[in-house]
Amino acid sequence: MNKAYSLFLKDFRSELRTRYAVNSLAMFIIVAISVILFSIGNERINENLTAGLFWVVIFFTAMSGLARVFVSEEERGTSLTLQLVASPSTVFSGKLIFNLVLVFCMNTIIAVLYAALFDEFVIRNFALFFCTFILGNIGLAIASTIIAAIISKAGAKGTLYPVLSFPILLPLILTSVQLTLFSIDGTGFEKSKFELAVVICYDVIMLTASYMLFDFIWKD
Amino acid sequence: MNDFVIKAKALDKTFGRRLVFSGLNFEFKQMGIYGISGPNGSGKSTLVKIIAGLMSPSKGSVKHILDGKEIPAEKLHNYIGFVSPYLVLYEEFTAWENLTLFSKIRGVQFNKEQTEYLLNIFLLYDRKDDFIKAYSSGMKQRMKFIFAMMHSPMLLILDEPTSNLDEEGKGSVYRIIKEQGENCIVMIASNERTDLEQCSTQIILGDYKNIPAGG
Repeated sequence: MNKAYSLFLKDFRSELRTRYAVNSLAMFIIVAISVILFSIGNERINENLTAGLFWVVIFFTAMSGLARVFVSEEERGTSLTLQLVASPSTVFSGKLIFNLVLVFCMNTIIAVLYAALFDEFVIRNFALFFCTFILGNIGLAIASTIIAAIISKAGAKGTLYPVLSFPILLPLILTSVQLTLFSIDGTGFEKSKFELAVVICYDVIMLTASYMLFDFIWKD
Repeated sequence: MNDFVIKAKALDKTFGRRLVFSGLNFEFKQMGIYGISGPNGSGKSTLVKIIAGLMSPSKGSVKHILDGKEIPAEKLHNYIGFVSPYLVLYEEFTAWENLTLFSKIRGVQFNKEQTEYLLNIFLLYDRKDDFIKAYSSGMKQRMKFIFAMMHSPMLLILDEPTSNLDEEGKGSVYRIIKEQGENCIVMIASNERTDLEQCSTQIILGDYKNIPAGG
């Protein structure tokens, strides 16, 4: 785990110097939320739409920045260097930690902006929202990381990432939208058990499958 | 003295329909300097990548054996040093930062004395705090040798080791290769006559198929 943490620190310091992902993520969050605000105007939107739009912004923001962990290594030609200093599991763990940190920071900012700018985004069951937020972010980070590893070896990286991510992330996004809706309308944990179980299963399956697959993806 | 052996058995490599080489068998048992030569496109770089575990062969296998036990693939990187023109270090970090980061990611203790010694013999000590992006191509090439040797590998693979180097740089590389050849297995993949003169044994990759063992 120390090795993975060192790889995360390398990526973190590299990001501070190059601003490879952060700038595009920040710009996307600002632009997406502004467009939604302008298009809504003075209209009141219902809770369904609020929860849906919240996860739409999260999905597309993730698409604009999370692929960078592997794409930047491929584009700069440093993948080979990384293969020479770390085992595939260390590489995946390090990149996953980086994407987890990025996803949590990014989504916290989105949630805060949503709470400040959208009157309808009032969380009545905060504990449920917190669980959804944590589990949804973990699933998003795991799926984004493994898809980033796959597309980094492909030609049309930019186009392929959202196209490949959409079907893989769809179960997570749909369930997270439902859980966010529950937390907005104050539904209790008892009635949200099924959706929470789906998200937990998604996270576990994605994590297991990713570690099993990564070895084959990483090696040419 | 470590008992490090590399065994390649019935190696084939194809890219799509193109056969690069087939039926390649060899075994390196002793410390020394070994060469891989052949015309352009004969698969020298492909072969060294397969030996380093960076690429899978289409058929056959390469085993790295230390003291009678096969080294598992996930630990192989700690026993191998690799230099090639297509190896790129992190340009946003300084030379010193690159080397300390690599030690940490490898999970090995950073050997400051060994690193300073290598920086000195490759004439980069005074520039160790400069960003890699500010280095010339020759300096980057010398930096790759430090990267490859800082963890004292048992197998040092050098793909075109003297590319981008001036005469002085080539001289220090040959001196280092001779020194390393006494402590570990050094493999040189090159077409340069002076590079191959350092080798005691050579594998000559044929024009595209069935490789005769040289040496």
